[in-house]
Amino acid sequence: MTDTATIEETDVNVDQSAKEAYFTAGQGQLIWSRFKKQRAAMVGAGVLILLVLSGLFAPFLTPYDPTIEGRNADYQNGAPNIPKFWDENGFSFRPFIYTYERTRSIETNFRWVTKVNRDKRRYVVLFPEGDKYTLAGITFRTHLFGVDEGKIHLFGTDATGKDIYSRTFHSINTSLAVGTIGVLIAFVLALIIGGVSGYYGGWTDSVLQMITDAVRTVPAIPLFMAIAAFIPDTVSSEGRFFIISIILGFIGWPTLARRVRTHLLTERNQEYVLAAQLCGASPGHIIGRHLLPSFTSYIIVDLIISFPYMVLSETALSFIGLGLKEPVNSLGVMLQNVTKADVLLNYQWNFIPVIFFIVLVLAFVFVGDGLRDAADPYADTKK
Amino acid sequence: MSDVLIEARNLSVHFPLRRLGFGERPVVRACEGINIEIEKGSFFGLVGESGSGKTTLGRAMLKAAPISLGEITYSDTDVTYDLGSLKGLELKEYRKRAQLIFQDPYAALSPRMTVRDIIAEPLEVMGITSSRAETDEKVREIAAKCRLNLEHLRRFPHAFSGGQRQRISIARALVSDPKFIVADESVAALDVSIQADVLNLLNSIQEESGITFLFISHDLSVIAHTCNFVAVMYLGQIVEAAPTHKLFSETAHPYTRALLSAIPSLDPDVRGHAQKLEGEIPSPINPPPGCRFNTRCPHAQERCRTEVPEWREMSSGHHVACHFSEELSAEFGT
Amino acid sequence: MTSPLISVKDLTLRFKTDEGLVTAVNNVSFDIAPGEVLGLVGESGSGKSVTAKALMMLNAENSVYDDNSHITLNLDGEDIEVLSLKRPQDQMIIRGGAISMIFQEPMASFAPAITIGDQMVEQLLIHSDMTPAQAKDISIEMLTRVGIPEPAQRFGQYAFEFSGGMRQRAMIAMALSTKPRLLIADEPTTALDVTIQAQVIELMKDLVDEFHMSILFITHDLGVIAQTVDRVAVMYLGNLVETGTVRQVINSPAHPYTRGLLNSLPKLDDLEAPLTPVPGDIPSPLDRPSGCVFHTRCVESGAIAEKCRTEIPVYSSDSANHQVACHLATQGEQS
Repeated sequence: MTDTATIEETDVNVDQSAKEAYFTAGQGQLIWSRFKKQRAAMVGAGVLILLVLSGLFAPFLTPYDPTIEGRNADYQNGAPNIPKFWDENGFSFRPFIYTYERTRSIETNFRWVTKVNRDKRRYVVLFPEGDKYTLAGITFRTHLFGVDEGKIHLFGTDATGKDIYSRTFHSINTSLAVGTIGVLIAFVLALIIGGVSGYYGGWTDSVLQMITDAVRTVPAIPLFMAIAAFIPDTVSSEGRFFIISIILGFIGWPTLARRVRTHLLTERNQEYVLAAQLCGASPGHIIGRHLLPSFTSYIIVDLIISFPYMVLSETALSFIGLGLKEPVNSLGVMLQNVTKADVLLNYQWNFIPVIFFIVLVLAFVFVGDGLRDAADPYADTKK
Repeated sequence: MSDVLIEARNLSVHFPLRRLGFGERPVVRACEGINIEIEKGSFFGLVGESGSGKTTLGRAMLKAAPISLGEITYSDTDVTYDLGSLKGLELKEYRKRAQLIFQDPYAALSPRMTVRDIIAEPLEVMGITSSRAETDEKVREIAAKCRLNLEHLRRFPHAFSGGQRQRISIARALVSDPKFIVADESVAALDVSIQADVLNLLNSIQEESGITFLFISHDLSVIAHTCNFVAVMYLGQIVEAAPTHKLFSETAHPYTRALLSAIPSLDPDVRGHAQKLEGEIPSPINPPPGCRFNTRCPHAQERCRTEVPEWREMSSGHHVACHFSEELSAEFGT
Repeated sequence: MTSPLISVKDLTLRFKTDEGLVTAVNNVSFDIAPGEVLGLVGESGSGKSVTAKALMMLNAENSVYDDNSHITLNLDGEDIEVLSLKRPQDQMIIRGGAISMIFQEPMASFAPAITIGDQMVEQLLIHSDMTPAQAKDISIEMLTRVGIPEPAQRFGQYAFEFSGGMRQRAMIAMALSTKPRLLIADEPTTALDVTIQAQVIELMKDLVDEFHMSILFITHDLGVIAQTVDRVAVMYLGNLVETGTVRQVINSPAHPYTRGLLNSLPKLDDLEAPLTPVPGDIPSPLDRPSGCVFHTRCVESGAIAEKCRTEIPVYSSDSANHQVACHLATQGEQS
């Protein structure tokens, strides 16, 4: 046992205000402070924000129009052009690429052959004027970078000469948009059906649960094939885009609805709900003021976690040809190209979008996991 | 009797359960044939073990549990309500006058609301105050009465200890100026050193504002110190009810006697004197016939197994339901 | 003077939390002799459950034991240093072997989907090398011993088919089937009705005599302590404030906290007496008071309040076996 203790010099004021901050912290702030401590989640969040922004500003970040209009007819199935600073002809501060010339002659059996001209350099320029695009209703022409002559293809081109780099970034946008619409629709449906089911219980709950289970057992692929067959070809690619999103939403709500229902069923038996009822509060007030805030955190986590599934579903569908088609860009559409053996053997750069796709899904998953861990501890600050 | 605030006549509360297989639907007979009168301004104690139905009775008096048979009447100076048929505006009015303090201080406060909002909620929902300033004023007044630090009003419940949370619960119950408060095991979850504090607070509130309290607990010693009238429940029925001092000095029912003796004495030299009741508490779905206590009563006779004892008055204010209370009372005599 | 069955010296335990290192147990020392019932009394935050779990190394992963903490188990003349047992095979001796534990919530302590009998047999098979048939016989015998009617039938039932009191008895049966030397009972009667509580306390006292085992009885209920234990240790906010025989502590409490606790209890023999709580609230473990850990709520410090605020009192004994950590008490002895 210690005999005497020295008086500890603590900075009482600093301590006090930190404690006060903890005591008055609302739920959102508590979750954020816990989330910040998880490195994987913070990295995931950073990457996610980066990807989302690059998707939003894709037209600016990429040099060319991703559609058939921006294609480079002279450089089809071309390898990626990596800018260099130095080669046998000397050093240059400005990065440059080589000129590729396409020739056809009797020597090559009249096939188009691409030749590299290492002496003719093309310098990379920043902020050139390029293809037109619109962002938020305003038309711009400036892109982030380009070359002084011809075109630069950082990720190479595909069979028709479209720049893969440009297509990748635009496709992130599309996939995210489809995912968002799908998740929103699923969410609204889940809230209504799961909410009513959970709050009222009894017969309402049993019937709604049967419906939910029935919907969940519908196999997705055959359903999509059927619906895809029904969508007439006359529907524009945008229209197709929306229909696919809506269908994804309608398939995705059962899982979310079940979560909402479970949350509500447990929460509505809590004593503070009874306390509110004893004041004569209406069900609307109870749901809005007590129940919803208690599981907002869980719902947000659920939303974020279902996002990658939406993106995956859309990609898978587009990949097998049932979802979006050319000329709409999405990661799945881009992956359609890689099924040919030719591509696998010779034009491997077509796989680069896959890396982006994996990174995007992983980022979502890390953020979702981190949020879930951050949200849960709040529930057990009990004795 | 104009000074009776709440009266229950032949009250029964039954909860039907899911039918398992065929046959009759099982029913939990939570309360059966209850007759009590709670006087205005009294601190009425309701004591019992698990399955006694005391919580259900308390909830029924707040119209938070269904009344299957019998009636509960609330009579105040200006209004009289029959709880069985209460609805609409009258129900809203009743809600202002009758409030509940919960047992578990951790589950009774909404974790996502500040203390100020929690206390203010009844005012806002019931429309008692008309402006935010008025609400704030009232909240501050009640918080001070419950000895809550006014700076803490901005905090969330997770910042507080059990005893403080219970005081917040009490403040919430008081804010609508109720006439009747049911305190359901309100100190059971608190540490002993804090229990006394909360009990004293309840007592001082009662003395100051004349609110009638129904204090439910399983702890007879706590009840003995705070209540002026006690009713003992066993398996859904009241077996004995008397002013506190009479319950202790003229115990008439064998269950009350057993309950008293089972309380562990603080004297280490008085050991092994606890009367041990054999057997377990029966299930309220299938209560024993006749006197429900007969399966465990050390004095049970044949009559107890067949005939339900009558609820009768032994002496002024002292009621008991036992066939042999006169003989036993003499035997128990302290 | 027989050596103690288990000896705890300078046990200090901290937890790593979001808010920093929180001290749960601070320099606690006590001994339990064979066949003795020691009561550990304290309220929430006192650290009594954590101390008990330390004896079986059951604390969470984020627990940090101080280097000079020692828990020594004396089994048949051999000393085992509990805190240095790292491998699960070694830890078996303290988990269900020589030391067994029963908990407050018997419903939560039994696996709901496995029969009681299977769980009891599993416990026996882990700690001994008997056959399952032998284990079953011993289990049914234990069930009979704790007073469960129709034990053979109950052996095959599930936890939800038992009532609260019976579950607690079954729990005791399971804990005792391995014939432990020390039984740790963590609030075993708190969740039970008072008439059932009396039965269970009686049972435990009988078993102490019959099995010659020691019990570490943890509770906040001083009445139960008075009825059950031989010696008492009082804890407050992780510190041990008073230890002594049950008569010493209850009849002549030496620490202001113990006095405060006893005074705040409603007593049946004096219904008119007012209830005097211990003022204030238990400080949060994040906010440990300086000096004497109880000084923020002590009403008796009076003239020496300054000393109580700055100096930690030494744990000293005034008479044989009665120890207290209080400046007021030690001052009283000196004068």
